[in-house]
Amino acid sequence: MKVGALGALALAAGGGLYRYTRGPGVAQRFVLDGEAKAAIDAIVPAMLAGALPLDAAARAAAVGATTARVHQAILGLPLATQKEVQDLFGLLALAPARRLLAGVSGGWSETRTEEVSAFLQDWRFHRLGMLQSAYHALHDLIIGSWYADPSTWATIGYPGPLKELS
Amino acid sequence: MKAVPASIPVNPANGVNSVNPVIPDPIQAGLAAGWKVIDAATIASDRVIEADVVVIGSGAGGGVTAEILALAGLKVVIVEEGALKSSKDFKMREAEAYPALYQESAARKTRDKAINILQGRTVGGSTTVNWTSSFRTPTPTLEFWQKHYGLAGYTPEALAPWFLMMEQRLNVGTWLTPPNENNDLLKRGAAKLGIPAAAIMRNVKGCWNLGYCGMGCPTNAKQSMLVTTIPSALNHGATLLTHARAHKLVFKGEQVESVVCSALDASGLQASGRSVTIRAKHFVVAGGAINSPALLLRSGVVDPHGLLGTRTFLHPTVISAAIFEQRVDGYAGAPQTIYSDHFMETQAIDGPIGYKLEAPPLHPLLLSTTMAGYGAAHAETMRQFPHVHGLLALLRDGFHADSRGGTVALASDGSPVLDYPISGYVWDGVKRALLSMAEIQFAAGAKSVQPVHEMSERYTSWAAAKQAIAGLPFKEHITRVVSAHVMGGCTMSDDQRLGVVGSNGRYHGLRNLSVHDGSLFPTSIGANPQLSIYGITARLASALAQELTGRPAPRLVPDPAAS
Repeated sequence: MKVGALGALALAAGGGLYRYTRGPGVAQRFVLDGEAKAAIDAIVPAMLAGALPLDAAARAAAVGATTARVHQAILGLPLATQKEVQDLFGLLALAPARRLLAGVSGGWSETRTEEVSAFLQDWRFHRLGMLQSAYHALHDLIIGSWYADPSTWATIGYPGPLKELS
Repeated sequence: MKAVPASIPVNPANGVNSVNPVIPDPIQAGLAAGWKVIDAATIASDRVIEADVVVIGSGAGGGVTAEILALAGLKVVIVEEGALKSSKDFKMREAEAYPALYQESAARKTRDKAINILQGRTVGGSTTVNWTSSFRTPTPTLEFWQKHYGLAGYTPEALAPWFLMMEQRLNVGTWLTPPNENNDLLKRGAAKLGIPAAAIMRNVKGCWNLGYCGMGCPTNAKQSMLVTTIPSALNHGATLLTHARAHKLVFKGEQVESVVCSALDASGLQASGRSVTIRAKHFVVAGGAINSPALLLRSGVVDPHGLLGTRTFLHPTVISAAIFEQRVDGYAGAPQTIYSDHFMETQAIDGPIGYKLEAPPLHPLLLSTTMAGYGAAHAETMRQFPHVHGLLALLRDGFHADSRGGTVALASDGSPVLDYPISGYVWDGVKRALLSMAEIQFAAGAKSVQPVHEMSERYTSWAAAKQAIAGLPFKEHITRVVSAHVMGGCTMSDDQRLGVVGSNGRYHGLRNLSVHDGSLFPTSIGANPQLSIYGITARLASALAQELTGRPAPRLVPDPAAS
């Protein structure tokens, strides 16, 4: 997918439009609304393919828990950064922007993991630095939230910190 | 040095360990003894405080300055944006430590988000979370400052007594415990290639060799400002104001009259709407090399040559990960105990950029977010976590016309933004550093090496790695660049065309304003900067104490409790 200046404009406009629909631009806490949650729920299985459990029920639970931890991680960021993240998910919630920039045509909940993976790969090497940095934000938030959690440590052979002091 | 406990005593009756109670917590003890600590998140109305000196920031520069001035009998107020934490809070868990102890959850970034910056934001500043590496300012760096910034008094000989005093104060010494495998691989790989490597001095006392320095020392072994100079200053009557962001200096003629601080809420993210105004005779800015220039910029301080915030340096740092047959367990044991300056010493300081090699600690969050890619390939690397070896190269920026560093400016909300374009000169060093690290890792017996770059693969031979790295494109975002050392922005020089602060630490054109932190440095240091900040600010603070009191400044000595 090739996105040029038009894409950048759409990105800026998408964020702005999203902010407009949410009221004046005073920095405020990130809100995990329905579409943002649907986007993270859809991106987690692509980002963590190979790390998530295979059993369907365990997998669904792990995705839900990861999205919740991503939410918590976002809430620890400076408010100005929380607004940027809100804009990113606001953009991904807008159908035209999602189609143009992420190549995802349907809603997030119907999107196959392969499609999400292709979108991530596209942003990872995108010629717009803004989209590359958005990829890295998703990468660090999701992968960091996963491996920071003690429930994942056994899978990577990490014993965790000295129990008597932690 | 105490021995590492062979086992942790656990009370068999209730299964509760008896270690925590035997680790003395100097912060809790001090609070119980009546330290003057004000958590600005709890104040219900605006306050005004009077002091002799306000020290803005409680990290390496602020901590040392606060202790010297308090010992000199001055009434000191220390302002810190972060919270006061102590060993009881340090649970060695990344998910808790990074949001609580670092600027922006350890995800502070440059303007284009291409460089991730680790900086502390807690009482003790970055010294509370650093990896304890202690180096005196390298002689070639000081010579460069003398030659290009007129800092004639900054010779190794003139600074030696100050470094010595701080080394004794903070128990900086040779680390006699054998390096962990992560560091030993650097030593063995370098030795195979005939590259000199040596041991890093550390500021620890009775270190348990746990490896979690970056999350706050749970045993108070690390001699950070949190457990040394700040408690001493508080014992001598200083006041510590936490959750308070220095917003603006207020001037009257050529004098600073007061500093207005915004109280933050308990989360530390939002201003509560309350303010604390501190009036004082003298003001010391020590907020670190992003926040200090930002405070001065917000205050509209005089800057006739437009230098403030410029020449901000990062030691741009790149990483190489290898996989070994044996366990490396990079999370365990003291981090960064071996280094090599070979690639700094083999070329002129103002020639192609030099780099220092070290072996950082590897913890799941930090490693997993650092490693490039996602999905199955990333998960496969993480499954080999205990076998992963990490090396980093920190690049010595600021010594060449093509390495002018970055510029701190203000965002619309007044917060600082660092713009740091990575020049071709720096990228050339990135490539050479990735080559050097891969060669050392293969020499140490690596099964594979993967430089942290979005387009690199896991190479299984030095020949393959060499060829591939030489062909990689080096650009923002696809090359992982990080920084843990921010320096410059309030350049020190007695020539006002070259710097905004004099060699005595006093801001040019204002009578009662000093800068005491790493923002003074005209270039990067070329080594982990904590000891440079300790030694240089100890000297500046001692001269300031003498000037303000008319008496010789007190010498800092090790804690009486020192073993």
